[in-house]
Amino acid sequence: MSDDATPVLEAVDMSKHYRVRTKRFARSGVVRAAEGVSLALHRGRVTAVVGESGSGKSTVSRLLARTATPTAGELRLDGARVDTRRSVGRNYRAQVQLVLQDPFASLNPVHDVRYILSRPLKIHGYAGEDVEESVKSLLRRVALEPADQFIDKYPHELSGGQRQRVAIARALAVRPKVLLADEPVSMLDVSIRLGVLNLLADLRDREGLAILYVTHDIASARYLADTIVVMYAGRIVESGPAERVTDEPSHPYTQLLLSAAPDPDAGVPVRLGDRGAPPSLVAPPSGCRFHPRCPFVMPICRDQAPPMFPTADAHQSACWLHADGVSGADGHAHALGRETGAPMN
Amino acid sequence: MTNLEFIHAPRAAVNAAPVHDAVLDIRGLSVDYGIGPNAVHAVANVDLTVRRGEVLGIAGESGSGKSTLAYAVTRLLRDPGVIVAGDATFYSRTDGSPTPRAVDLLSDDKSVIRSVRWSEIAVVFQSALHALNPVFTVGKLLDDVLAAHLPQMSRQARRDRAAELLDMVGITADRLRSYPHELSGGMRQRVMIALSIALNPQLLIMDEPTTALDVVIQREILEQLMDLRDKLGFTVIFITHDLSLLIELADTIAVMYAGEIVERAPAKALFRAPRHPYTYGLLNSFPALHGPRIAMTGIKGSPPDLRHVPSGCPFHPRCAHAMPECVVDHPPMLRLADAFGTRDVSCWLHDSAHTVPAELALTHDAASARVGATTTTEAQA
Repeated sequence: MSDDATPVLEAVDMSKHYRVRTKRFARSGVVRAAEGVSLALHRGRVTAVVGESGSGKSTVSRLLARTATPTAGELRLDGARVDTRRSVGRNYRAQVQLVLQDPFASLNPVHDVRYILSRPLKIHGYAGEDVEESVKSLLRRVALEPADQFIDKYPHELSGGQRQRVAIARALAVRPKVLLADEPVSMLDVSIRLGVLNLLADLRDREGLAILYVTHDIASARYLADTIVVMYAGRIVESGPAERVTDEPSHPYTQLLLSAAPDPDAGVPVRLGDRGAPPSLVAPPSGCRFHPRCPFVMPICRDQAPPMFPTADAHQSACWLHADGVSGADGHAHALGRETGAPMN
Repeated sequence: MTNLEFIHAPRAAVNAAPVHDAVLDIRGLSVDYGIGPNAVHAVANVDLTVRRGEVLGIAGESGSGKSTLAYAVTRLLRDPGVIVAGDATFYSRTDGSPTPRAVDLLSDDKSVIRSVRWSEIAVVFQSALHALNPVFTVGKLLDDVLAAHLPQMSRQARRDRAAELLDMVGITADRLRSYPHELSGGMRQRVMIALSIALNPQLLIMDEPTTALDVVIQREILEQLMDLRDKLGFTVIFITHDLSLLIELADTIAVMYAGEIVERAPAKALFRAPRHPYTYGLLNSFPALHGPRIAMTGIKGSPPDLRHVPSGCPFHPRCAHAMPECVVDHPPMLRLADAFGTRDVSCWLHDSAHTVPAELALTHDAASARVGATTTTEAQA
């Protein structure tokens, strides 16, 4: 990673498999929701995990929040290994906090804001002399002002954006170092999404929080994040500085994702044609999981899963096209005698 | 004939001057939820004309009335939704006659709407899983529509047509025997589209058809939809909260806020040079995929609670350019004509008595230069 300092929170080669019974009385299958995921969250930086549904992005946030037990791999907090098999102690919760997608569901409707925010303060011993004042200062940190007005409100009296701010304030109450935000704005109205994203950016800049931003919207990831990690079918396929990943995507899947995103600036809309669907996670394709949909597929892609190859400074891509250090998929496409961007199937 | 008549008297006058080749003409439509003093005005006095063959986008946030508008004109409003005023005329051209047949969609005679709904005006709903009956196979669902509307069709002909329809939306015929829950989200939405075009409608109303889908599938379905439109020639009303998608897709865009249309303009004009402060704010709420990263602000405040719509212009509490009259008087719908074409804007800033802020008064040259200079991004002020 670009930062020299030890990551605040780091996942090393983490996997999560869920057991499922595919048919009654049949042998159980395994959903490989996340496989060999390594990522590091640094102080004062936002790392975005981008992917479609089923890509494993939420599984990653759950692994980091320790609401899911990893099947394999290691979790490190401030460089020290976390024993993920033991129950989550208060110490971990105090340092890593989770903000969920739906603020209509994540706040208890029978309690007012005062109660919702004073609970974590009291439990973690940050209430101090004046609980009221501590709650108000939390509200001010998430720009819910005047705080006097908001402290007595119940969740149903708040708009979606305000509720999400309360949820963020609740996470901040225990003075965490890491904030895990799983699709924090996708349930909110378009005009207020940026307000919440800007708040996260503020918390990063002012308070040095390490933030994980999980999203399906690559444009918002580009807006907020310092680093973008792209996931596909449970694996990380590309990671690098946000602008570089979106301006010069080096993995064919990232290219597909970017060309599919709505883009008013595009002069002529791109034609995707039929590019197939993400694979089943019970029986993922051999080798590179993207190979059935990849326009640049080579024999090796079917046999061996590609490791992360560096393509530029801090920019990595899990694609065999970058194996010999030649950058740019286009050159390879020519070598393969295929037209660039031509769909495979 | 209806209680609407005395509220909105001159129906004949509307019919006397139909807009050139309109397929749907909505005048003064208002829809409430509930009756009496506590009624919520979900759609308030909306005028909208849909031209034959175009893609009309309706953009708005939740509670802006965009879906209610669609349900009202197709008479699919559920209680306590009430159409309290207005007209909606559908101009049908089934028989190839030069003069279209005017159909009063809001007629009290329910057989009128039944004669055109699905066969001439079809609706695609957002949640395909909930819109498809889970106990029927895809084949049965398609067969049902055909049997109900085309009783003279033979069973074999219906089966062939069902397979043909699935093929048109890119699903193989063996899926006729699948139940909705066996299909992926994208496939379900394709089945919805196949159902909606089964009777060759002239107008397709799509209510957030791709919102729940991943971007790659969304784009594939939209590409297919546009191909079908080229082939079958239907008109589309596309309702979504995703303005950036509409700019690519639509010919004309109507932006709704608090139950009203605040701006209606050609899609490119709306994108390059918005005239209403809300449109401007909404455009600045979508981060760009290219160009330098710039801090954007979105719009301050939250969308209004429809039980307590602000006085005057409903956008005034969030508007950066609010003036005293905005608080008191509701702005009229003004027709502006400039190098981008004509458009309608409901904002006091544009009644010649006021100075229009620079970002809402971009000229054609300035907008082009701006787009040209950055090539990829719209510079955000």
